[in-house]
Amino acid sequence: MSSPTSTPGGRKRGRNANPSTPSSEGPTSPPSQRRRGQDSSTGDLMPMPTSPATDMLSPSAPQDTSLFSSPRPSVLPNEVDMSSPLMYGTPMRGTPARQRPDLGSVRKAPQVDLQSEPPSADGAVASEPNAGQKLVIWGTDVNVGTCKEKFQRFLQRFIDPTSNEDENAGLDLNEPLYMQKLEEISVVGDPVLNVNCRHIQSFDAELYRQLISYPQEVIPTFDMAVNELFFERFPDSILEYQIQVRPYNALKTRNMRSLNPEDIDQLITISGMVIRTSQLIPEMQEAFFQCQVCAFSTRVEVDRGRIAEPAVCRNCNTTHSLALVHNRSAFSDKQMIKIQESPEDMPAGQTPHTTIVYAHNDLVDKVQPGDRVNITGIYRAVPMRVNPRQSNVKSVYKTHIDAIHFRKTDERRLHGLDEEAEQKLFTEDRVQTLKELAAKPDVYERLSSALAPSIYEHEDIKKGILLQLFGGTRKDFSQTGRGSFRAEVNILLCGDPGTSKSQLLQYVYNLVPRGQYTSGKGSSAVGLTAYVMKDPETRQLVLQTGALVLSDNGICCIDEFDKMSDNTRSVLHEVMEQQTLSIAKAGIICQLNARTAVLAAANPVESQWNPKKTTIENIQLPHTLLSRFDLIFLMLDPQDEAYDRRLAHHLVSLYYQSEEQMEEEFLDMAVLRDYIAYARTYINPRLSEEASQALIEAYVDMRKIGSGRGMVSAYPRQLESLIRLAEAHAKVRFSEKVETIDVEEAKRLHREALKQSATDPRTGFVDISILTTGMSATARKRKEEVAQALKKLIQAKGKTPAMKYQQLLEDLRGQSETAITKELFDEALRALADEDYLTVTGKTVRLLA
Amino acid sequence: MPSTHDWINNPLGVVEGMFAASQNNPSSGWEAKAVEFFKDRLKEKDAHTSVPSLNDVPLHYLKPNSLVKFRCLIQDMFDPEFYMGVYETVDPSTKVLRCGKYKDVTECGVDFNSRNTVTAERQTFYCVPIPGENPWFALILSHSYAGSSQARVVPSTSYVPSRQKRSYEEDDDMDDMDTQPQKQREPHTGALIPTEQHGNGDCKRLETEAPSSQMTPASHLDLNFPLPGEKGPSCLVKVYEDWDSFKLNDTLEVYGILSVSPALSALADEKDASSSLLDPAECMETAEEQRVHSPPASLVPRLHMLYAKTLPHNNPLLPSAPLEDNSAFLSSTLSEMASVRAELLTYLTHVLLGDALAAEYLILHLISNVYTRRDVLPLGKFTLNLSGCPTVASYTERFYQIIQQLVPCSYYLGMSLQNMNQMRLVPKKDYVANRLVSGALQLARNTSLFLDETQLEQGQLDTTGVRNVTALGNLISWQKVDYDFNYHQMEFPCNINVLIASEGRSLLPSDCQIHLQPQVGPATMEEYLSSIHMHPQASSQLNKLRIYLSVARLLDYSISDEMTKSVEDDFVDMRKDDPQSISAEDLHRMLVVARLLSLSLGQTSLSRDSWLRAKHIEALRRSRMEQHKCVNGNEP
Repeated sequence: MSSPTSTPGGRKRGRNANPSTPSSEGPTSPPSQRRRGQDSSTGDLMPMPTSPATDMLSPSAPQDTSLFSSPRPSVLPNEVDMSSPLMYGTPMRGTPARQRPDLGSVRKAPQVDLQSEPPSADGAVASEPNAGQKLVIWGTDVNVGTCKEKFQRFLQRFIDPTSNEDENAGLDLNEPLYMQKLEEISVVGDPVLNVNCRHIQSFDAELYRQLISYPQEVIPTFDMAVNELFFERFPDSILEYQIQVRPYNALKTRNMRSLNPEDIDQLITISGMVIRTSQLIPEMQEAFFQCQVCAFSTRVEVDRGRIAEPAVCRNCNTTHSLALVHNRSAFSDKQMIKIQESPEDMPAGQTPHTTIVYAHNDLVDKVQPGDRVNITGIYRAVPMRVNPRQSNVKSVYKTHIDAIHFRKTDERRLHGLDEEAEQKLFTEDRVQTLKELAAKPDVYERLSSALAPSIYEHEDIKKGILLQLFGGTRKDFSQTGRGSFRAEVNILLCGDPGTSKSQLLQYVYNLVPRGQYTSGKGSSAVGLTAYVMKDPETRQLVLQTGALVLSDNGICCIDEFDKMSDNTRSVLHEVMEQQTLSIAKAGIICQLNARTAVLAAANPVESQWNPKKTTIENIQLPHTLLSRFDLIFLMLDPQDEAYDRRLAHHLVSLYYQSEEQMEEEFLDMAVLRDYIAYARTYINPRLSEEASQALIEAYVDMRKIGSGRGMVSAYPRQLESLIRLAEAHAKVRFSEKVETIDVEEAKRLHREALKQSATDPRTGFVDISILTTGMSATARKRKEEVAQALKKLIQAKGKTPAMKYQQLLEDLRGQSETAITKELFDEALRALADEDYLTVTGKTVRLLA
Repeated sequence: MPSTHDWINNPLGVVEGMFAASQNNPSSGWEAKAVEFFKDRLKEKDAHTSVPSLNDVPLHYLKPNSLVKFRCLIQDMFDPEFYMGVYETVDPSTKVLRCGKYKDVTECGVDFNSRNTVTAERQTFYCVPIPGENPWFALILSHSYAGSSQARVVPSTSYVPSRQKRSYEEDDDMDDMDTQPQKQREPHTGALIPTEQHGNGDCKRLETEAPSSQMTPASHLDLNFPLPGEKGPSCLVKVYEDWDSFKLNDTLEVYGILSVSPALSALADEKDASSSLLDPAECMETAEEQRVHSPPASLVPRLHMLYAKTLPHNNPLLPSAPLEDNSAFLSSTLSEMASVRAELLTYLTHVLLGDALAAEYLILHLISNVYTRRDVLPLGKFTLNLSGCPTVASYTERFYQIIQQLVPCSYYLGMSLQNMNQMRLVPKKDYVANRLVSGALQLARNTSLFLDETQLEQGQLDTTGVRNVTALGNLISWQKVDYDFNYHQMEFPCNINVLIASEGRSLLPSDCQIHLQPQVGPATMEEYLSSIHMHPQASSQLNKLRIYLSVARLLDYSISDEMTKSVEDDFVDMRKDDPQSISAEDLHRMLVVARLLSLSLGQTSLSRDSWLRAKHIEALRRSRMEQHKCVNGNEP
């Protein structure tokens, strides 16, 4: 063995030999067994020596044994005590070891020889197969030498060719992973080695088990092993302190709710959201005492939160002459963090649980309230403080986690790295089910009918929304200067009130994990985008994000889109095409990602949809915004008997369906959710040759429709929409290739939507310019005709410099064979005014020139 | 086996007996047996009435560590806690194993190093009395006590009030003496002692005051009731089994062991004081959190749950067993249903100024209930907007008083600008104190929420106001409340009957709007209104109406295939005549009306007659709506 085997000496050894100390720490041992020296009968509870005067009051307290359990694991500064079997190896070239308060008060536990002194409670240990290794750490089955060897072997040999973690970016996957990391440490000088527990598990299951069960003992051993290896390999590197191993991703990843007494003192990983962080707490590690008489100084470690104040000066033998000197004592940082269950992990109808986490040293201030984190640490439970004058104890433990490793789960999102990192895990079975479903020929229809089953019919709308849920493929053209293309499909639903638009929105909002629901009436531009506010405590400027940013990679449902103020709506322009939000206020200038799909619902202005008017006229939305929607659907009440009958049947059965059928549906929703998540994460379809051809043809066809009548009926935006829809449809099929059938469906859906929304009510033709310019080509032509007619009329009147407005209107009406509305007349006047032909002042029309 | 009353007076004795007996036989599963034992005892005839109730009996009359019951709503759920399930005493001569279950405090010293210690887990719920319980409720309960069990309650507590008082003081004195040396040595405790004494003072004052009155919460401790002005004890309920099956806002009747040990608060205080010196990290549990999670036991007693049942309804007049199990009661009520309904209709017509149609709709509203949810859509809700309410002589308030007489739980929310801008409607998580601060919309199921929009005047709604109005809108449309967890919202489904009284059409959405047509002329209105008063009939009559409303809500309902067909035909026909006249929305409403109408007549399936009648009253209502179109700008 390379580490000095111990002859634990001095005080500590003595205490450990005390029979009352826990000699057994089986894997499931309750916390109470782990506390040593808890002598609740000890009369003199000595407060921390705040001043020498108080210290004098407690003369001959047998301090070494008077320590009763401190309610949290205290920190022992000099773990590197040579007597410990777990000391951090021989100090390497003067590189100091740094204490690991996160591991708690480890270990002066000696190694015991199983053969000669089997700890009575640890039968399990004795029966360990590797009983050849006689020395194990007391209370565990960990043999330091073996453990170290195993870990070194792991570091030297572990290769994970399939790794796709972001942390491993830039590393050669076919070389030993952790050796490369060590090299990185030698270059960068950040002495922290993060080790993925899953790697250890796949390499050596036994080592993994020990790590999970006895983290307090095993992690220091790992530290030792890694340092030996490191300094052997990079003898010249200079580190601030020795390398610390930080395991993460313990397989026991669970939510807070499933923590139970069996997890105490084990390595766990839980996920949650930080809700509160405390101020930094300086915690004394080593107290510095100086004799008031002879100025002799001595250092005393803090043991479980208590300082054993030396009663007698060793130099001059004066009693009670030692005073604590605060600014020469050693302190370490500590912070309390409260985390709360993530909302996704919670069963319905319950409130979230919270857990206290202590972060030490450089983990302090690593996380902020609001962060989603995965925390790896050791779960602790300590009894409530004993009241020295009462024999009664509150029979409740306090629990917390000593953090070893934080991993922010939303980190990637903030940095805009390649995400889709919804680390949603699918079990083999689930993937199989999903794939089976995908192989079915009618999967598209199946899924669309599973969407909001309580809403009747509107098949095409549901299909549109389904494609929106899947989204297109994200393409990056930043090299060629165009930035990334929008992959999200935006949909606008408009129609009569009471056609379950809101219900559809609510359903979508409940279905997708990152959905936001706002109502146009209640939201302001700020609420949608982001605002800057001053934190009342720190006076720091904090960026608070709004609905659009929050639904990055999700769907933002906006109800009552028409009721939104113009101001608010204008922020949507950027989001809906560029997919970013630019903020420039109060000293913060930034661009946030808002890759959100927008699903909006709007009511017609006149409460009832007027079929005689165009979409634009009906909903009074700026066409600049409308053209950013890929699909605009009208939800109208179709009026025919067969439909009515089916609707009635649907509704009645909705009200009186049996429980079982409802169960079935619920399952459908879960499957649908997984299906979408899977497709979004793993399927990235690309256009095939035929599909590209089909798209080109489709686009050319669309342009042709209008060109015959001198209108433009399609713009590049429509082509982009078609591509997105086709890609989304390929995703529905779990296909990596966009094929002709996808293009066909995209074309069909697009045409359906256009038919509904872009039909010119005057001609009955589909006219895309209604959406792109807000006016149909026919209407524009008509306007010009009227203007010309008016001009003629005025010219015919001869030299009259001024005319009555009303008179002119009546004259024109008398002359024209079609009805001239006042609006039309006004527009004609305006057109002529633009030509500088006349001006209108009040009720008089004056000719110019 | 323990004698009859031991299990009420000394339930811990029973538990400990079973624990001791199990020591020889470790696999006996004594815990399950203990729970079974109490369940069996409670099943016995009238046994549950002999258990004193925290709701009715003031806390200081109850014997500590006795079995009590508590009718409550789960207001908040705290984090689970680990406790010593089994521990060993430290005294070596009498080294025995003790059971820590159903207790807050261990007796005698604990040997922390013992190998026999067993750590177990339990969950704490913060429970408050059911919000909005109407006065008649308590009255009926106390009557039933006077009848059956008053005689038993007093002996079971076995304290004459005056002696009880002394014993408390003794406790306090001892406690004070305990803390005396501490006070001198550690000046920091000084800050805490006044609060403690304050608490004690409150206790004494209460006792000298009206002993029969309910416990008033001390002013300095916010007991976190959902509704302002509520009274009654709140309780920390410790749950040992199956806590996942309980949900927030569930209404429960908890049977458990009362723990009011003064040591609890003393321990908390001292711990706070001494630890702040020893260990700065301990201060992290802020004073607020401390106060919320371990309040003085004299104000917030602890209740260790042995058995709990969720209440299907909250009406003391009904048998507590499910209706199906009580066929005698059911059939007798059903047979009377039609006549009681007629009576109720007459009465409500009178109250609604002679408008029989509005009264009809009001009945439907009062028995409505969200019976299921289809994806996001709650089915069965029937929010009624009663427009055209006269604004004279505080009509709406009188009207509410009538409703209050009829339903077990209700709340009147005057939608004045001030209320909307200031009230906390939506519960919000307070991360400093680590608790869910309640709001007025945290209500038990089937509570009647009366929104008085006639109180609303012109003016500016601020941010809170807008949020409150949105919350009300969400409540009505989706029957859910989005609780504010600061970093995110969490949806809690609810089941609240909302009745909106307004002058014109309400600014809030509703399932059904009916305009009141008073048969009383404006001249005589004042006079008529003052003649409306509480139900003149005897309270037994009133009780009949109350039973009627609760039972109608609990009935099952179905619709035959034949009727389905006929409804479909009807719909198609109606659309044929005039497609504009009836939309899917209208069919939704008609199906609900038909359902409620059938139930109100005691019919458990839809009949042709009921359907026609539903169609008829809908037609009447719609024709009335036509006349009142465009009253204000809230039309879609």
